[in-house]
Amino acid sequence: MPQFFPKSANMLALLTLAIVALGAGGGLSALLITSRSPYNTQQGMPIGQPVPFSHKHHTTGLGIDCRHCHYSVEVSGFAAIPPTKTCMTCHSQIWNEAPMLEPVRESFRTDESIDWVRVHDLPDYVYFNHSIHVNKGVGCATCHGQVNEMPLMWKANTLQMQWCMDCHWNPEVNLRPRDQITNMDWQPPADAEARQALATQLAEEYDVQSKVSCSVCHR
Amino acid sequence: MNRTIPAALAGLALLAAMGCRQDMHDGPYLERLEKSTFFEDGRASRPPVPGTVADGELHADEHLYTGYVDGEPATTFPFAVTREVVERGRTRFEIFCRPCHGSLGDGYGTVVRRGFQQPPSYHIDRLRNAPPGHFYNVIANGYGRMYSFNDRIQTEDRWAIVAYIRALQLSQSTPLGDLPEGVVAELRAEGIQ
Repeated sequence: MPQFFPKSANMLALLTLAIVALGAGGGLSALLITSRSPYNTQQGMPIGQPVPFSHKHHTTGLGIDCRHCHYSVEVSGFAAIPPTKTCMTCHSQIWNEAPMLEPVRESFRTDESIDWVRVHDLPDYVYFNHSIHVNKGVGCATCHGQVNEMPLMWKANTLQMQWCMDCHWNPEVNLRPRDQITNMDWQPPADAEARQALATQLAEEYDVQSKVSCSVCHR
Repeated sequence: MNRTIPAALAGLALLAAMGCRQDMHDGPYLERLEKSTFFEDGRASRPPVPGTVADGELHADEHLYTGYVDGEPATTFPFAVTREVVERGRTRFEIFCRPCHGSLGDGYGTVVRRGFQQPPSYHIDRLRNAPPGHFYNVIANGYGRMYSFNDRIQTEDRWAIVAYIRALQLSQSTPLGDLPEGVVAELRAEGIQ
């Protein structure tokens, strides 16, 4: 029986094996990279809204505290999306003829909700509670980023489990004094030693523990 | 040619397809304020039936909840005003009131500088002489162009804000000579005559 495969088949077989191995590795990497990319997480991508509400204008421009609108953040799991009445507290008087704000006025007249687009939406199988985080010294900006510089809202972080865990393994370094929770400009001490001392002191004072059991978030 | 590569690609495509299911991301239950197709008004968060009294929220204490005593604005606070209460009032004042009333309560807040009608200063005789129940009612029910803040500021916090307003009024009307000696020295050191 003559040789069935030509000699070059040896190379072909090796090449095939290499391509399969690389392809599988590359495919998996591509999946992992894609799932962490802004294409999937929408991190850093401004989200359009029915009214182009600017957090930047209302916080940096007017000096309004986050809790003026998100008033339940310290006592409830839900930080509160303000009702139309909250907008109208000021906008019944100022910018009250601006065409841009017509959907707000219409909502107030008709009692129909404004269809705000949710920017930070955790999967339904994740339990999250705002009040426990802010009362333990985790500031708004720690998760939401520099909201005071966002004309339209975007996600500053992925909100993926890996990102949650980075802090849950070692929460101390992300703490700040409770009275600085909504301060967008607060910085930890620049000196590494002072920074660690503050972290340790706040963790002790607020009884902050590393919580990493599955059922803390998946209940 | 063998079939390894197509098989591997098909396997990868399957893996990828598995990762794309979002059923558990957005389950069949409704989150707060989510849109509902079930209710006519499209709201998943339901308003309570009119007349509902939540457990422990009967609000029978007229002084505490209405700010009135025998039909008149209360002239006293419904609970003891401690330093803690005033400091709580300060944080709430700065969150909810400062944008219009200003840090000093003089009515020059940032929103006023942008065109909102200026509210009266707290440092006029009418408001210096107004009883605590008056301020409580303004917070709870609104006044003039000011909307009610009853949904945003809870009962005890409203009184705490009233206590802080009293402190602000004192701060702007107390002669230097009436302050404790140490405080006077501190102010002088800051160059205040």
